[in-house]
Amino acid sequence: MTIALVRPDDWNFPLLVHVGGAMLLVGSLVTVAALLLLAWRGDSPGLMRLGFRTLLIAALPSYILMRVGAEWINSKENIPDESDWIGIGYITADGGFVFLLISTILAGVAVRRAGRRPGGGNTLGRVVTVLTFVVLAAYLIAVWAMTTKPG
Amino acid sequence: MSLYDWLLFLHVLAAFAAVAAVVLLSAILVTTWRSAGVADAGPFLRMSRLGSRLWDVGGMGTLIFGVWLAVYVEGYELWDGWILAALVLWAIAAAAGMRVGAGFRRAFGADAGHGELGGSIRSQRALVVHAVMALAVAALLVVMIYKPGA
Repeated sequence: MTIALVRPDDWNFPLLVHVGGAMLLVGSLVTVAALLLLAWRGDSPGLMRLGFRTLLIAALPSYILMRVGAEWINSKENIPDESDWIGIGYITADGGFVFLLISTILAGVAVRRAGRRPGGGNTLGRVVTVLTFVVLAAYLIAVWAMTTKPG
Repeated sequence: MSLYDWLLFLHVLAAFAAVAAVVLLSAILVTTWRSAGVADAGPFLRMSRLGSRLWDVGGMGTLIFGVWLAVYVEGYELWDGWILAALVLWAIAAAAGMRVGAGFRRAFGADAGHGELGGSIRSQRALVVHAVMALAVAALLVVMIYKPGA
């Protein structure tokens, strides 16, 4: 049996920003992964275009929401940085951001190439697909760490 | 990992799946709304099946593991106001989500040459139902974080 804990009221909004941002981020990445998998054969440039737009106007802003919320709630809770789960959160969030940024840039280039000639940007699109799945896997580990709080 | 850790992780993971479904179906809705015809919408409509499966798994997961948590954790009861509010919001979201899924299935049938795309997802009613689903999920998240009355 576990006893319910109630957090102070002023922690709720920062936590909402953090969790809401994280959910939108993962949702955006799932959408991008599905779009790019369907676009893998390169016969539908519209899928790649929507994937790029989803990264740019949904995933990146969601990341900012999640990351700002994380710092905000961390500043209120005063959790030691050496806690394992906080460490996992920082590594996956910051490492994932680098992958996210590279994915967005590469997807933009792939869309441009696809616009110039049919089948252009296919290889870049596949690289973005793999990167998106790597980021998604990292964020699923982060969800596990944030909920179970190991260490 | 304790049973509580597992229940919380699976509950939250299911919630992530439900939100992912809302984002995915919203992206498809926006894109197919703008598309010229059934043929243009086809590749996007194929994705709606993934969105519907995510919605089913996420919805059932949040409910099962959420109720299990409410029973397991000392201090929470199923008849607490915030849990009842969450159950009502879940029912609203589930009902709206089922209609959204049915709309996409009809549109997918239209893509395969069995009907019309227009009314199933490109109508004001479909848009309202979609908005109800998204708002109910957002409200659920607010209730889960704030736990009013807990």
